[in-house]
Amino acid sequence: MTLLSNNMDNGCFSSPRHDAFPAGLRVLVVDDDPTWLRILEKMLKKCLYEVTTCCLAIEALKKLRERKDAFDIVISDVNMPDMDGFKLLEQVGLEMDLPVIMMSVDGETSRVMKGVQHGACDYLLKPIRMKELRNIWQHVFRKRMHEARDFESHEGFEALHLMMNGSDQSDDGNLFAVEEITSIKKRKDADNKHDDKEFGDHSPSKKARVVWSVDLHQKFVKAVNQIGFDKVGPKKILDLMTVPWLTRENVASHLQKYRLYLSRLQKENDQKSSSSGIKHSDSPSKDPGSFSLLNTANNKQQNDVAIDSFSHSDGSLLFQMDAPSHEGDLKGIVSEPTTEKSRTPPISSQMSLNQPFSSLESSEASHAVFDCTIPTQYSWGEFPKGPLKEEQKTIVQLEDSFSHLPLHGTRQHIQVDQSQSNASINSNPSITKEEVAPSLDIKPLYAGYKNDYVSPMSSIGSAVDTFPNQSKSLIVNDQSSEPIFTSTLGLKTHGFDLDCISDLDFYQRNLLLGGEAASAPLEDDLNFFLLQTDWYNMNFGQQNINMSECYDPRLVGEAPSYFYDSSDYSSVDQSLFIA
Amino acid sequence: MDKTHSRRQVAAIKHSLFDQGYLDEQFIQLEELQDDANPNFVEEIVTLYYRDSSRLISNLDHALERNPLDFNKLDTIMHQFKGSSSSIGAKKVKAECTLFREYCRTRNGEGCRRSFQQMKKEYATLRKKLETYFQLARQAGPQETAFPPK
Repeated sequence: MTLLSNNMDNGCFSSPRHDAFPAGLRVLVVDDDPTWLRILEKMLKKCLYEVTTCCLAIEALKKLRERKDAFDIVISDVNMPDMDGFKLLEQVGLEMDLPVIMMSVDGETSRVMKGVQHGACDYLLKPIRMKELRNIWQHVFRKRMHEARDFESHEGFEALHLMMNGSDQSDDGNLFAVEEITSIKKRKDADNKHDDKEFGDHSPSKKARVVWSVDLHQKFVKAVNQIGFDKVGPKKILDLMTVPWLTRENVASHLQKYRLYLSRLQKENDQKSSSSGIKHSDSPSKDPGSFSLLNTANNKQQNDVAIDSFSHSDGSLLFQMDAPSHEGDLKGIVSEPTTEKSRTPPISSQMSLNQPFSSLESSEASHAVFDCTIPTQYSWGEFPKGPLKEEQKTIVQLEDSFSHLPLHGTRQHIQVDQSQSNASINSNPSITKEEVAPSLDIKPLYAGYKNDYVSPMSSIGSAVDTFPNQSKSLIVNDQSSEPIFTSTLGLKTHGFDLDCISDLDFYQRNLLLGGEAASAPLEDDLNFFLLQTDWYNMNFGQQNINMSECYDPRLVGEAPSYFYDSSDYSSVDQSLFIA
Repeated sequence: MDKTHSRRQVAAIKHSLFDQGYLDEQFIQLEELQDDANPNFVEEIVTLYYRDSSRLISNLDHALERNPLDFNKLDTIMHQFKGSSSSIGAKKVKAECTLFREYCRTRNGEGCRRSFQQMKKEYATLRKKLETYFQLARQAGPQETAFPPK
């Protein structure tokens, strides 16, 4: 049996019994077949592992729960009388975070696939050979390495997962994934410098195996809900949980799993639920331009932040998200006003989202609800690809130019969320936390374009911190007619969407999409809107963007139709890019 | 002399078990696991197998008596039986299990019954041969762990 080198040993497994790793690996074998149980026990002992056998899944779970940190890996048969092996697999993964290997005499591809889907790190076919068992230690080792690494950039990964999982449009989700992650990672790395020290060389040695008991998991879930799913971050959860021995690392990896789990559930829900606005059903996501700037990571952290900026009286729309670093995010903001164009006036009141939306956006918001930005009733889907491309390019430029712009000195992070499915952002304050990762430049540009529009809105929303944690992006589904709230909810991976929906409904009603609603625009909203307009004038002027020129008329003149034809859009785009 | 003769006999039996396809390399794996800590490991495993398989055969008997046949249940039991048989390398028995499951899949009750009868025959034959083998092996001495002829 190969032994790891010394440094490896010490780095990864500090306990004495692991000095001769992988010898001493603690394995729990679960199989209802007594013959196989005995054989496996013997084989594993031959590998110098510490073996515990169980013939019932329930018993295995009990053993795992009562002796936390007592096992390194679990091997289980798929077909068991008392519990489905896949279920056990899931439970162990969630609660104990241990690598699980599945076994069966049935090697059908669909079964194996199911195993992998449920999280098995390997699937062995019976009869099992010694050499296969000798190698199981690599799963333990690999997991620990990943956890150590993940810890550092967990947010990036989480963002990635969230995006991947939450995005209904896989394309869109993936588009930004890389960029997002990069930017997020950069930011995180900077942020985590001090953390890195703590963790040393990323070795997992400091990390003790945490067993997530039912109680602990409950605490975790409670903390997550309290914070607001999209605002959640390991540190916050950790603080709320008040479990002294728990580390941020533990929470981070558990959060990652939890997200995956929820996203899986969400997908099922999404499929059932109609596009009630929860999803950006409309499709825009398909557009290349539409991308969800999910700053998931950013969002998480920033959701809280965003809001304060809103109140700039100088018309700067910005909400500053303290989002790490997105100085250059102005773009989103800039373009937004323009897009609003005609809509804005009436919308502004609604858009002011200040209050109503902020709550919404707190949610995962990462899905910047762009819909707002797409004032032009442009449903994303409709958006011609051609112009989009241009926009994208220009957006980039725009971004650049903006980045130089002081923007009132605030950083605005606009979260562009793809979810906005159809641009009808207009009144959507779908402001899901806006944060735009800087890296989103390219693609997001397009989206950003929309976002820009939206972001002010959203920012407004977000700006309003008054809202409770659940940040729900105000994404309203554009399916409903024009005033569509982009529902970034779709992007959200979890069930918070439902919560949002109710909020959305509320806002939707109040939103003046067509200028009618207005019923409730809050004073703030109105102010906001005005602010926005001012901002347009002022900011753009400052920024050399003749947006005001270009857009003001539109803003003013156009009938409150939230859609403007593509030609307008293009010109708008271009003008935007002039700056 | 006796021992040598016994050993040769043991080897011969083993040889034939492999040649005729009653056992596969899993059996050798079991023999390799046998050591000073568990000098009778193989026999121990085979005994466990007999116990488990007897239980399953009896279950199958009962299930096949029902009318109408519950193919899902039959398949489940047979799946277990196959898994169990794979533990000692009971090749022919395993093959018959697969055939039986195929009949279950196609809801062929008659096919199931036929296959089951065949499987019981193979099982009985294997069991007898193994019993002889172990008996001789015990007589021949613990060193007798022959490998199948190449």
